Order: sequence, then structure tokens, then C-alpha cells
Amino acid sequence: MSVHVGEAASALPFPEAAKKLVANSQLRRNVRHATNVIRTKRGRVVAEMDDWEQLRDAGKAIKDHTLAHLDEYLLQFEAACTKAGGQVHWARDADEANRIIVDLVKRYGSDEVIKVKTMTSDETRLNVALEAAGITPFETDLADLIVQLGEDKPSHIVVPALHRNRMEIRELFMGKMGLDTLGYQPEDLAAAARNYLRERFLRVKVGISGANYLIAETGSVVVVESEGNGRMCLTLPDVLISIVGVEKVIPRFEDLEVYLQLLPRSATGERMNPYNSIWTGVTPGDGPQAFHIVLLDNGRTKVLADPESRETLDCIRCGACLNACPVYRQTGGHAYGSVYAGPIGAILTPQLQSMEHSQTLPYASSLCGACYEVCPVKINIPEILIHLRTKVVDSGHAPLAERLAMKGAAFAMSKASRLSLAHAFARLGQWPFNDDGKLDNLPGLLAGWTEFRDLDAIPAESFREWWSKR
Amino acid sequence: MVVQAMTSREAVLANIRAAKGGPADESIPRLYSASVDLSPAEVVEQFADRLHDYNATVHHCTVDAIPATIAGILQTRQKTGLLIPSGLPPEWLPADYAFRRDEGLSYADLDASQGVLTACDVAIALTGTIVIGHSPAQGRRALTLVPDYHLCIVRLDQLVATVPEGMRRMAALLPAPLTTISGPSATSDIEMIRVKGVHGPRTLEVILVG
Ligand code: SF4
Repeated sequence: MSVHVGEAASALPFPEAAKKLVANSQLRRNVRHATNVIRTKRGRVVAEMDDWEQLRDAGKAIKDHTLAHLDEYLLQFEAACTKAGGQVHWARDADEANRIIVDLVKRYGSDEVIKVKTMTSDETRLNVALEAAGITPFETDLADLIVQLGEDKPSHIVVPALHRNRMEIRELFMGKMGLDTLGYQPEDLAAAARNYLRERFLRVKVGISGANYLIAETGSVVVVESEGNGRMCLTLPDVLISIVGVEKVIPRFEDLEVYLQLLPRSATGERMNPYNSIWTGVTPGDGPQAFHIVLLDNGRTKVLADPESRETLDCIRCGACLNACPVYRQTGGHAYGSVYAGPIGAILTPQLQSMEHSQTLPYASSLCGACYEVCPVKINIPEILIHLRTKVVDSGHAPLAERLAMKGAAFAMSKASRLSLAHAFARLGQWPFNDDGKLDNLPGLLAGWTEFRDLDAIPAESFREWWSKR
Repeated sequence: MVVQAMTSREAVLANIRAAKGGPADESIPRLYSASVDLSPAEVVEQFADRLHDYNATVHHCTVDAIPATIAGILQTRQKTGLLIPSGLPPEWLPADYAFRRDEGLSYADLDASQGVLTACDVAIALTGTIVIGHSPAQGRRALTLVPDYHLCIVRLDQLVATVPEGMRRMAALLPAPLTTISGPSATSDIEMIRVKGVHGPRTLEVILVG
């Protein structure tokens, strides 16, 4: 088995990538503007829900419960989906998932596919596999189209092209769509995408999607979207193939009422996103008459195995932690070297790869706690970051300064609890950011070490104590 | 000894069983509100408000006035007819307009149409959501997707206040495919500026009946 997460294994270490990106002031302006807009909208629609905290508690509890019974719920989903006419495939890793999908597309005799935003397929690098097999993938989400045409990489899990402004997009569209004239208003650009994709929607015979939720009890699949490109891909082709991480299952249809309230408000600051599609297997006379779903592991069961950090799998990919994160807001998403950026990327990407790659990511945080505060399923990202930092140190992969610091800390605080020890790493781990996420310490390695030598400066309270006081 | 290669299914399930902890705290707190304290009139008002927010046009009328209301809308929009699903009540349709039933129309036919008129199954006031269960009065999914204009009739007895109330009604419609529609399609992918109307119908118009 070989897990890969996009191109994360060969990405630049975070501090180096970040250093390059923060030098790009246009990119920083674009990222700051976009995250500010979503944060404001989110704040408004979350504040109008009196029961927001109760919804978060339920959202978290349902996910934790599901993970404790994950095999049972997946089998229940498989049985229900199969009974309704769907075909369920299982994939251990990215390559296997890609192989299954390429084979299916070929079996149905198509050399092109229309795709609706699926980060999971970015994780497996499905487009590369499709192209290698002579199959052309058309991304249909506006942001994904911008990324695909620009041979770019997604930089946000909800708004993947937020690092591009309208002038850049206009130029890109004119070149790639062969247009002589094009306005620069967002309306003009959206209309150009509509025209470009319309004929493909009506023609292409195979659609590929991800899914936001799988419902064990009914075998239903749920896709949450805004533009209608999702409905097009899920409805018009003869064949639909969905690629979905095993952690996306929830037990009951009723559970969806929690996430359909948490997700849109957290992700885009809307009370409800324009479209949700829910389908169960195959419906005669309506939509694709062949439905395949690929259930993907690709390191997820490794994440599940660590009780300290398995709640990472609760994530509903709303992106709120990215928008809230002072580090993400400085660097943008590309610095994380993964399809999963921001705080969730910092904990998910290294864990999926068994901590063998992306070891600088757990340090890409000032541990300010903003991510935890906004997370609709209450993932304690700061605690997990600290936990992963100790894993990086234990594995001997930590940069030299941290290993030295680790030894020093172990010596100085040999009687201290593990978490207060972790707090020492937390202090060190602030390199290269201060509390505002400012990159004022670059290159930082030595700065961190220098800072750490003054052991007296570390408050005696443990991270947990400090955290609980916040 | 012959070692049989595990299938991927067995391997993934084995990994999960080895990895998952014992049953966690089994109780799921559901202390969020399933309903709200609003009068029926307030619920209707909220639904109409939300639709306005989404840039959807809203009309109110009685059952008897449905044909006249539809005729007025078509006249304003300068349309000579619409597509309709096979099970749409014929008594809703005004005379003098061309309504074409979707009996196996091609995607090109749907694309070239002036729009579509359907019923719905459920509506949710708090989020301005219309739920279509794709029964005969609403048609297959493509019918409310490919045309650029969607006129939807919502009866007040189909309207609930909250998402949980809506979900309970939606559960009864399974295993039919369900589409929830909250305003016309939209994107904020370019500089976070909301553009209304991308691939789904760019115009949504609603008649509230009752
Ligand atoms: S970790 Fe939480 S806030 Fe971040 S994307 Fe996932 S669900 Fe959203």
C-alpha cells in the first residue's frame, strides 16, 4: 500500500514555501480579502442561531460515534446502496482508487469525464491518472476550472481559487477559451464559464463526484454545492462515479439535519447553500442508470488508529479554520504543499502519510486557538498539533533545533506531565510566527532555539491549563 | 500454507477494526431546536423574506387564482409557454399558453426551452429552501436543472419552519432522489462577489398558494 496525498510528499517544507509566498503581496491581498468576506458572513449567520453550540455538540458526537462503529456503518451503507442499484468498490490507497475509476471509464467507453469539485480526487491525483489513460477530465466548479485552466493548485478547500483576482481570471479565460473580448466583472467571468461548460455538460457520458455525506441507514449519497455544476454532473451523464473517503459516512438520514445547518453557515456564511443533491442508488428514468462508488482509505485508518488525534476524521471540510487562521491568512494555501491547506491540512496531511512526510506542517501554527473556536464539529486542532509535534520529534524527523530543544526540555522538566512538556514545544513551535501569525522570525530555526534556551521564560502551567483558561 | 490475498474490502475493514477504539460515549446530545416559536403567518413571511434575499421573485395567491397568476407571470416575462412534468395538475394551467409535457425530451429540448413549471414537496422557511422529490408533479431531475427559468408552486401546507422539520418530511420521500433549492444557482468564487445564476436555472420564481 502506498498512500499519497496530492504531491505533499515532495512539497517544499512549510517555512520555505511560506517564505516565498508571503513575498507575493498580490496573493496576500487576495487571500486576506476573501477570508475577511467569508469570516464576516459566517459571523453574521452563526450569531443568528441560538442553538449553534448544541448543533456543534451534536455534530461532533455523531461523528465520534460513527468512527467508533465505522466498519458497521460502512457495511450498512454498502448493503443499502447495493440494494438500491449502486455498485460499491473499496480502495486501499490513491493508486487503487484511480485504477478502479480509470477502468470503469474505459469500460463504459468514454474518453472524457465531467467532474464536480472533489478534493478526494485531488488527493489521489485522479486527473493525472485519467490523462495518462487518454481520458480528458473537465473540472466544472468555477474555482476548479480556474485552477485547471491555469495549471495551478487549489489554495483553499472551499474556494480553491481565492488567490486569483478577476483580472488574472479574465486573462486566463480569454487565452484558454479562445475569447477575443471578455468583461472583467465576476458576472462576465461566470457567464463565460457557463458557456464553456454548457455543451460539455450535455454531451459527456461519465460524471465524477465526491460526496459530503454517505447515509448508512438508507444508502443515500449527499452532495452540497452552489453553482449547479454538481447537479449537472450528478444528473445528466449515463454513468456516475463517486470517490469518497471512508470517514464520510453518517448513521441516519436524520443526522443530516445537523450538518445541513452547520456546513453552509460555516463554509460560505449562507443559511443554506443553493443546492443539495441526495440520491439513493439508481432511479429508473431519472439520472445516471449506472452508479459506482469508491470508498477510499488512503491513510484514513492510520489516522483512526491514534486515539489522541482520530477526531481529525470528524472534519466536514467547511474551511472555517482556514479563514480564521492568522498563519493561513498570511501565507495562503499553497505553502501547505497539499490539497488540504490551513489548520486542518496541518493536521490531516502528515497523519494520512503516517507522519513520514510534511513534518513541518504541525509547526505551521501559532496555536492561537481560532481554528478550534470556529470548527463546527469542535476538532481541537491546537491539541492535535501539539500531539503531532511530539510525534515528529519522537520520529527523529524534527529539525535539529527542535530535537535539541526536546532533549533540553526533557532534562529540565523530567517530572513534568507530558502536556506541560508539550507546552514547551508549543512555545518553540511558534517559530516562525508570533501570536498574530506574523512571519517576523524567518528563517526562524535559530530564533526558535535561542528563544527556547531561556527555559525560565516558559510559564509553569501546562498547555491544558492554559488552554482551559482561555 | 496458501496465503490468500485479502481483497481491498477485507483489508480496509480489517484496518478499521484494528484501529477504532472501543465504543465511545454512545449518547448523542440532540439539544438543538427542532422547531421555533413563530406563528404560521410569521413562517410564511420569513420564507418570502429569505427568497427575496436570494433574489427569487415571490407571488401569493389562492388555489383558484393559480392559472391567472401563472398567466400574469408569463405575460410579464414575455414567455409563450413552459415545460411541465407529466404529473402537474392540469387545472393549474392557464389557457392560451403552450405547456409541453416532459415525456422523454432530449437535453437539447430542455436547454432550448423557455423554462419549466413544477410543484414541490417541502419548503423550509428559515433557510428559504424548496425541496423537490422528483415525483410526477416535479419531474425528473434534469427538468428543473437544464432550463434557465424555474417557476415553482409551493402550497402553504408544504411549508415548515426549520431544517429538522423539513428533514422529517424529506425522510418520507426516500428513496426518491431529493434536490433542495435555496435560491437560484450562485457562485462567490471570484473575489467572493456573489454572482447569481451559474449553471442551474438563473431565475427562480415562486408562487405561494393558500
Ligand atoms: S477542521 Fe473543522 S473548521 Fe476546519 S475544515 Fe474541518 S470542520 Fe471545518
